Amino acid sequence: MNTTDNRIVFENVSKFYGEVLGVNRVNLALDPGITSLVGPNGSGKTTLMNLMTGLIRPSRGSIRVLGMTVDDPEHLFRAVGYCTQFDSFPRGVTGYEFIYWPLRLHGLDHTRADQMTKEAIDRVGMMSAAGRKVAGYSKGMRQRIRLAQAISHHPTVVVLDEPLNGLDPMARAETIALFQALGQHGMHVIISSHILEEVDRISDRVVLMSNGYVVAEGQIHDVRREVKDHPMQILVRCSNPSKLASQVFALDHVVEAKINNDGQGLLVRTRDAEQFYLLLNRVVSQGVVDVEAVAPADDDVNSIYQYLIGSDGSNA
Amino acid sequence: MSAVANAQTWVKEQPWRMWTNQALTIARIDLRRGLFSRRAWWVYLLAFAPVALIGAHALVDSAQRTGGYLQEDTNVLAGIFQIYYMRLGIFFACMGIFTWLFRGEVAEKSLHYQFLVPVRREVLVIGKFLSGAFTSFVLFEIAVFSCFVLMYTHFGPLGSAFIFDGPGMRHLGLYLLVTALACVGYGAVFLALSLVFRNPIIPGLLVMAWEAINPIMPALLQKLSVAFYLRNLCPVQLPVEGLLALFTVVATPVPAVVAVVGLLCVTAAMIVFACMRIRKFEITYSTE
Repeated sequence: MNTTDNRIVFENVSKFYGEVLGVNRVNLALDPGITSLVGPNGSGKTTLMNLMTGLIRPSRGSIRVLGMTVDDPEHLFRAVGYCTQFDSFPRGVTGYEFIYWPLRLHGLDHTRADQMTKEAIDRVGMMSAAGRKVAGYSKGMRQRIRLAQAISHHPTVVVLDEPLNGLDPMARAETIALFQALGQHGMHVIISSHILEEVDRISDRVVLMSNGYVVAEGQIHDVRREVKDHPMQILVRCSNPSKLASQVFALDHVVEAKINNDGQGLLVRTRDAEQFYLLLNRVVSQGVVDVEAVAPADDDVNSIYQYLIGSDGSNA
Repeated sequence: MSAVANAQTWVKEQPWRMWTNQALTIARIDLRRGLFSRRAWWVYLLAFAPVALIGAHALVDSAQRTGGYLQEDTNVLAGIFQIYYMRLGIFFACMGIFTWLFRGEVAEKSLHYQFLVPVRREVLVIGKFLSGAFTSFVLFEIAVFSCFVLMYTHFGPLGSAFIFDGPGMRHLGLYLLVTALACVGYGAVFLALSLVFRNPIIPGLLVMAWEAINPIMPALLQKLSVAFYLRNLCPVQLPVEGLLALFTVVATPVPAVVAVVGLLCVTAAMIVFACMRIRKFEITYSTE
């Protein structure tokens, strides 16, 4: 095992279920931080997660997680926690037992396993329900107890398949804060989610998937810049948008400029954002307009997703 | 360094203690779901149905306590053991218990939890096998012991003399030994087959067919049967005639030690096969 390697690496990985394609020719190297897998149903997100945890084997290629092969669960799952999408549990188990027994399999004695179980349950706010059977939990509670199990042994890599499903807004906000905390501690947090706005807000990088292929990956802003065939949208909040509009129309790369309804801003669509920013600097320095704020309007996951996959992400 | 020395070093370096603890923990978790669950009612029924029959027989026929009846009851007990327990009761109980160890978790979509812990999959197989073996062993040992006690105690002093001064204790010991071997032997076979076939009925029918046709197979193939070894260990041989011939193994006798070692070898081979299969096992519930 190469313990110095702290990345998750897919090398030319393909997975076929008989004739059906799971994922094809995936090459990825994920650094620590929060990585979001985004794509419609059947795009290969869960397959990718199952591959990196050894639940399924690649038809071709190889996968290494922190330098470890996924064929070695004895070492792999000391460093990896996986919260799957399967909403099923061992029969008759309580929330406490669901976390306690796997910890015992880590070789922990009763006292330590008990302590870590309570710590994990507390972290997802489930202490009062820990003694109850999981079968009686609501969907959100089941989701949270699975999340607690995935993080209970303090893994370096947490893989979370649709972790926000079934959570109410409060629990969702708390869970997102938990992901951010995990990501800030140098952990790998791999998330698949169809709630693109939330993923967008917390991700360090995204992996966009479609029909088993990785169509784009990297930091969201970098990915957006790579999408050349869709002009970037930039919203400029300023004092005199019509004057600014007249200036930007002189530029070849500006496709469209639209004054906001409130008359206090201009939405510009440009094929060359760098050139536009240079112009804006010049205009501001000449005192033509007072700029209050400048922000890209479409370098979020949702827009990129729409441009690359041609869907609005609602069925992701 | 020689190959033997390398092997010795490898063996010494392995975390046997941790693997043992993990296997026992897995067995413990499974036992709570198996032996003590309401779903296991039919296994209790298979194990204890003859106990109820023999108990009723002991009550009804308590007046018939002569030596002739004792010999007859000894043959009845041998028949119940060889035809019912060995061929049906333990066979089907093991089929249910051991095939369900993995297939049950696949059906309930909970097997992935056992694949997501830092446990070698081979250790998982051993742990589950131990839980199945313990479940079947406890139930059938108690049942066979109860049958034996009920069969002879109603004879009073005659029965006591048969047990303590005659061949009774040897019979009991052999019945319990055969029961234990049948549990691990059939258990290992069904555990291995459950990792090949999705439907436990198919391996069950295959094994049953194999055991049925085994006596007419060549001597070497006969040794690949659980019943072949068990038959050789039974204390009372049943006559091979009439309907009994359908259920009775006609095999070249082998010494008891060979029978025990042979069966344990078959068991070990099946467990090794299961360990090899589990390494390639994938969680694809939707296609199961």
